[in-house]
Parts: sequence; C-alpha cells; structure tokens
Amino acid sequence: MNFKNLKEYLAWLYYQYLLITGIYVLEPWEKSIFNSILFSAIAMVIYTSYVFVPIHVRLALEFFSGIFGDHSSFS
Amino acid sequence: MTESPATKPTDGEVCQRVKNGLKPERNGLVKSLHRCHEREHKHHCHPEEEEVHSDSHHGSLYSRPFIESFEETPMLVAVLTYMGYGILTIFGYLRDFLRHWKIERCHIAREREVQKDFVPLYQDFENFYTRNLYMRIRDNWNRPICSVPGAKMDLMERASHDYNWTFEYTGRVVQDVINLGSYNYLGFAENTGPCADSAAEVTMKYGVGVASTRQETGNLDRHEEMEKLVAKFLGVESAMAFGMGFATNSMNIPALAGKGCLILSDELNHASLVLGARLSGSIIRVFKHNNMQSLEKLLREAIVHGQPRTHRPWKKILIVVEGIYSMEGSIVHLPEVIALKKHYRAYLYLDEAHSIGALGPRGRGVVDYFGLDPCDVDVMMGTFTKSFGAAGGYIAGKRELIEYLRSHSHSAVYATSMSPPVVEQIITSMKCIMGEDGTAIGRERVRQLAENTVYFRKRLREMGFIIYGNNDSPVIPMMLYMPAKIGAFGREMLKRNIGVVVVGFPATPIIESRARFCISAAHTKDMLNRALSVISEVGDLLQLKYSRHRIQPSLARPFDDNVYEDIDD
Ligand SMILES: Cc1ncc(COP(=O)(O)O)c(C=O)c1O
Repeated sequence: MNFKNLKEYLAWLYYQYLLITGIYVLEPWEKSIFNSILFSAIAMVIYTSYVFVPIHVRLALEFFSGIFGDHSSFS
Repeated sequence: MTESPATKPTDGEVCQRVKNGLKPERNGLVKSLHRCHEREHKHHCHPEEEEVHSDSHHGSLYSRPFIESFEETPMLVAVLTYMGYGILTIFGYLRDFLRHWKIERCHIAREREVQKDFVPLYQDFENFYTRNLYMRIRDNWNRPICSVPGAKMDLMERASHDYNWTFEYTGRVVQDVINLGSYNYLGFAENTGPCADSAAEVTMKYGVGVASTRQETGNLDRHEEMEKLVAKFLGVESAMAFGMGFATNSMNIPALAGKGCLILSDELNHASLVLGARLSGSIIRVFKHNNMQSLEKLLREAIVHGQPRTHRPWKKILIVVEGIYSMEGSIVHLPEVIALKKHYRAYLYLDEAHSIGALGPRGRGVVDYFGLDPCDVDVMMGTFTKSFGAAGGYIAGKRELIEYLRSHSHSAVYATSMSPPVVEQIITSMKCIMGEDGTAIGRERVRQLAENTVYFRKRLREMGFIIYGNNDSPVIPMMLYMPAKIGAFGREMLKRNIGVVVVGFPATPIIESRARFCISAAHTKDMLNRALSVISEVGDLLQLKYSRHRIQPSLARPFDDNVYEDIDD
C-alpha cells in the first residue's frame, strides 16, 4: 500500500486494528470501552514494568552473584 | 426403485456402456481405490494444503485435469479470528446483560413476562449469534434490488440510524452495480430477448397459472413438452418437473427411500437434501465432504453389518451427492462415486442444482463434464432456478422411476402445477443451450462461462487470495476469516459499486467466513476486470491476501498441474 503521509498510514493502521480485533462492527461507545480498557491495561503494564522491573533485575543480580560468589569461594 | 440390493439387476443389464473406462468388476475398482489411497497418502505428505490432482498419470478415471484446492487456514489468521470472535462474544454478553436488566431497549423477539418460567426460547448459540453478531453487519444481506438481477443491477439505497435494527429507504437508487452474487450462470436472467418474448406470449395465451395440480386439471401441453425436453437434454428416458427446487428434494427423497433404507449423505449437502433424508425416516450416515475413502468405509460397514439390531440387509442404499457444492465451489468426484456405487450396488441421487447448465462442454452438468453416461446415475435432480433463469426443479432417470414418482411423490400429487410463463422460460432457455433455436448463442454462453470462470479464478489466485474449490467451478469462494472483515468487505465492495455475497457462520464453519462470487456468462471481460481491480484494492485495504502460495502473473502459461508443482515448496 502507498501512503501519502504519516496521518494516512496511521489511519490505515487503526483500521487494521479495528478489523483484526473485530471491534469494527461495534457501536462507538463499545469501541471506546474496548479501547480504554485495552489502553489502560497496556499503560499499566508499561508503568509497572518501568517501576518494578529495575528492582527485580537488581534483586536477581544480587541473588545470582551471591550464589556465584559462594561457589567461587568454596571451590 | 423398490427392490432390494440383492435382487437388483446389475447395471450392465440396463446400460451396456461403461464409458468411464472402469470395468465394474473387482480388479478395476481395486485399482481405483488404490489410487485413492495414494492420494490420501499425499495429503499427509503436504499437510499445508489439501489438493486433488487427478489427471492422465492417475489413470483413466478422469479424462481431464481435475484440480481442487483448499488451502489451509494460516495459523496466525485462525488465532486472530478466534480472538475476534472472543471479543465480540464478550460484548454480546455485555449487551445481553444490559437488555436483561432493562438498561437498554431490546429490539428483537424475546420471551414475554408470562413465559418467564418456561424453557428459554432465545438462549442457544444461534440466537445469541443473530442478536449480537449478525445484527451488527446485517446491512450486507437482503439488499432489495429494483431491476433484473443480470450482470448489472440496480439497488435500492437504504440507511439505518439504529445500527441495523431498522432500515429506511432513502429513495435513491444505486445504479449499475456489478452483480457477482446471482446464480445467473448462463445469463438467462434477462427482461429482453427471445426468452422474455416467448414467456410474454405464453402469458397472453395461457395466463399465469391454472391453480390445480398436475394430476387434476393443471396439466398443460407446455408441461409435457418441457419434461420431454428435459429428458432429451439430459440424455435419459424420462423426466418430471416440479414448481420448486427445494420441494423437489425434500419431497422426493421420502418417496424413494423409507424405513429400512440407508442414506449416505455428503456432509455439505444442501438443506433440502438433508430435510428430505430426515423426512424419509431412513437411517442417515454422513460421509466427509467429497471423501471417497469415507464413503467406501460407510458402504462396506453398511453391507457387512446390515441394519442396526436386526442385522438384516438394507433394503436400499442411496448415496446423495451434489454436482457443485455451493459453499465450497468443489465438484463431486463423480467417476469414483459411480465406481463405488456400482461395486457395492447402491443407488445414486445426484443434485445438479448448480452444475446443470454451468458445467460440461455442452452445459449438461457434471455427467457431461466428466464425459460419463447419464444412465449410471439413478436419480438426476436439478433446478431451473439457477442457469435457466426460471424457477422449479426436475427429477430425471429411468422411465419406471419417473412413473413411480408421478404417483407417489407428495409434490407431484399435492403441489400446483408450474406457471406457464416459467415453463416457457425453461423451454426457450434450454432449447437455446441445446442449439435447437438455430443459433449458437447457447453454446457460446456455455463457453463464455467456462472462460470467465478460469480467468477469474486464475486472477484471484495470482493476487494472492485464498480461494476454494475446483478450477472449473463458477462458484468461487474467497476466504475472509475474520468476523469484522465480513462486514467490511461487503460494505467496501458496495461503495465501489460491486455487489457481492458474503457468507458467515451458520452457513460455514465459524472461522471460515467467506465471500462467494458467482460468475456468469453475461459478465463481460471489462466487468470482470473492473471487479478484479476493485477486489484487489479492497483486498489490500482489508489485508485479505492470505495465500502463502504466490503465483507469478503469467498469461501465456496454460493453466494446468505444473502451476502447482512450481509452488509446492
Ligand atoms: C443443491 C441445491 N439443491 C436445491 C436447491 C433448491 O432450489 P430452489 O431454489 O429452486 O428451491 C438449491 C438452491 O439453493 C441448491 O443449492
């Protein structure tokens, strides 16, 4: 497909999203419910990963380095 | 048709010719069955695609390449389709919930307050589907037209302000919509020309109907002429016609089979055949679509075990198949069915609703297409509704069969006789196909249809759509899969002035939604090209080009097996 500008491309992407999820056939208020649920879920996932992933990564690193440290000290 | 298989005369007695090159003795058949197994084996080697090739190197059963393909649904598409249905189902439950608590008005029939404690009427899946999925895209079906449904038609524009619960007519007419939806295979749906003229003439002379049955005072000379013509057209001894194709099936099968009989029915048979089989009271066993191993297995089991409990032999075994299956676009493997039927001494009921007129070099249906002998088919049934642009159905076969049906079939005894103008339309169009009107128009149309079909299918394949069915079948299903695309495809095509039929759940398996194009001899190259370019455009817009077997566009290459060998990997 050829697109004249970014806006057209984004509109096409949104159309594909409508078709694939099936919400193309829904009424506008249902569409907005679906979109808000989906986007808030995604936002929460991003937010939680932003907040918690670094902590967990640090904890994991500490844990593994502890094990490795122990092993290396014993052998 | 009343004797038991044991006393049935061998087919050879009645029809000496065995044209399909297969001797009805054991050896020939075993060879043919061997071939079937080879083919089955092939399926396992290529789980990607189910294809049937039967050409010269497969022996004498098929005189020409018989290529049928049902490309497998891509995994990702299947997953996304189920996901789409899942989302829509959730919203359906939400809406049902709102309706139940009267938060939202319910527009559709529901139980009344007084029926509240009875068995629920509107809770099964079909009702849920109608209410919550079909209604949302209902504007794609039942569009009213206001012209002849020929190659082009005029549509009445309608609009809905409440999301398809009600429609109102805007008063405008959408003109010159290319019609890819009518079963007008030979283009006889016309309001000018010889057929219309002679029908008008007959209306002046005979009126529009006699309001009586054939057995009482409703028998006209036109009816008898038509039946003789049908018999001659099909190359059988005798034929009889009924006013409605659906009733032909549903009322004549019960006259042919009854208690103690076995009906072997293809799983995709039309509703009228299913209804007829059920009304007959015989035992019905269903074999997989066009699957000869499955049919043979059922036949063997039936003969070995006999009737349930008593283990007496079956009085009769009737195999019921269709010529062209209108949802898959596949053609019945008739030579193999006939070989099996002869081997196991069963009877064959062939419904040629879509194939009569549309297949074969002379337009005489599947029997002509495979070059077989019409005597090998015990009961030939067909309708005039499709290729002939009329209405009604026929049964044709041996004289005794037709005489038996004339006095025993419900639709012969109780139904009013056909309207003379309709009969005249059938006579004129059939004569035209046979070339008895002294022109070559009929032959030309049959040829044109075959050409249009091959062209349209080839182009769609090249564009990368998944299309189902046999290369020579004028019914062309194109897969859409996702529920939202059913609605979007119909709407986008109509926006571009092309009328198509889209088919969804109850008529197809839930994930295999499709659009179905019916090619007509009346379509010109221009129309087909316009339609194809629009389909391609909409296909890009909706991302419908699912096929993973891209074929390079090539106009010069003859359309044969090699095309597939190139893309097998
Ligand atoms: C296979 C088959 N048999 C019978 C019929 C019924 O024919 P009619 O529409 O003339 O009642 C149809 C019509 O769709 C059909 O497809």
